[in-house]
Amino acid sequence: MADAQDAGDQPLLVAENLSKNYGRLAACRDISFTLYPGEVLAIVGESGSGKTTLLQMLSAQLAPTSGRVSYRMRDGVLRDLNSLGEAERRFLFRTDWGYVHQDPAQGLRMAVSAGANVGERLMAVGWNHYGRIRDTASSWLERVEIDTARIDDAPRTYSGGMRQRLQIARNLVTEPRLVFMDEPTGGLDVSVQARLLDLMRNLVSELRLAAIVVTHDLAVARLLSHRVMVMKGGQVIETGLTDQVLDDPHEPYTQLLVSSILPP
Amino acid sequence: MPAMIKIVNAEKSFTMHLQGGVRLPVVRGVNFEVNAGECVVLSGPSGAGKSSILKMIFGNYRCDGGRIGIRHDGALLDLAKAEPRDVLRVRRDTIGYVSQFLRAVPRVPTLDVVAEPLIVTGAPRERAREQAGNLLRTLNIPERLWTLPPSTFSGGEQQRVNIARGFISDLPILLLDEPTASLDARNREVVVGLIDDKKRAGVAMVAIVHDDEVRRLIADSVVDVTSFAAAA
Repeated sequence: MADAQDAGDQPLLVAENLSKNYGRLAACRDISFTLYPGEVLAIVGESGSGKTTLLQMLSAQLAPTSGRVSYRMRDGVLRDLNSLGEAERRFLFRTDWGYVHQDPAQGLRMAVSAGANVGERLMAVGWNHYGRIRDTASSWLERVEIDTARIDDAPRTYSGGMRQRLQIARNLVTEPRLVFMDEPTGGLDVSVQARLLDLMRNLVSELRLAAIVVTHDLAVARLLSHRVMVMKGGQVIETGLTDQVLDDPHEPYTQLLVSSILPP
Repeated sequence: MPAMIKIVNAEKSFTMHLQGGVRLPVVRGVNFEVNAGECVVLSGPSGAGKSSILKMIFGNYRCDGGRIGIRHDGALLDLAKAEPRDVLRVRRDTIGYVSQFLRAVPRVPTLDVVAEPLIVTGAPRERAREQAGNLLRTLNIPERLWTLPPSTFSGGEQQRVNIARGFISDLPILLLDEPTASLDARNREVVVGLIDDKKRAGVAMVAIVHDDEVRRLIADSVVDVTSFAAAA
């Protein structure tokens, strides 16, 4: 079996000296890192630390004030996101990337059926056979543990946990290579979170996905990610293997974060 | 024969920023080697740094100085300075770690918890499960429990599940942190037998064991950790 870590000797995404200023406020300062195929990176820190701003720059939704983000396109060439044409950007957003929002209502169309929510991404990449689209949507609902009898119901009739799983199915159906997740378990009950985390962990490893997960929850980082970056005041203050950073935190702020969790 | 583990002058301390920056020295001048087929037991009283050394070898604790040489892919790699992705490769292909406690993922059945390390290295799922079943049987975990997640098991049962998970793969280095701590005599014997099998297969092991009898049975050499005491 080919392994993502071996196949991925070339970086998938490279961030170089990324900064973002809002007037005199520096939301992100001089952030650099490399993400390899199949690697899951967690960005942790409290509200206002710059995590979401960073995620938006990495996913080409926000232009950095300085620095750049490069991404290896499927042809193997590493390209500056800023230099991409409209068609290439669309390809990334519709196919090669996924984006899981904290609030599923932002990532789903709440009034159309679950099947259509999943099928829409396939139609956007040129699928046009109704039966095949429906079969694929149905098998994805099963994969995210949604009863296929609910395929024609709109997500506004779904519970919070089901909506989040539907959002994940919608994102993964086009077989992206990179998924951005912004607080994917935020706002869910603890029991629902555990199920969702387990599901995401399995999907990420089965599909050999690379992912960048923004979370303030260290348990999410521990369960999902290989590496972690700790942010404070717009800067990365500590980075390393997830278990190194969480079991042997060096920076005062990381020690505070880690010591603030209740023991399991 | 080249050493599988070669530790040179490794050093570790903790700085507790929340306690006014108190610096806690743990170990200093750690030097020892482990060869293939050999089990080195770390000895010393609690708090001497035995578990810390094991975690440094696994790349879980970062060293302040020195080298943690690990034979990986035919060459000695310094884990103290390795990139995160290299540490992950070493853990996937070279070093296994059996801790005292099982860190189980909710909802995953015992059989899959045990089979997982084989599956991630590419073994077919069915064969991995069969092997997992054999180990669980050897460790006296009744078959009716295999489909349940281990989170509700007793301490001793969880530890045996953890041992099965740690021993299933064919990794050339195994780190054992009190693998027999809460086991009864019969299961202690089983674990001693599993360690013997690993030795015959050429696995290099570093172990912490408090039970004198078990230590006598498995240790090829003993490293006294108090000699690495790092006086402040």
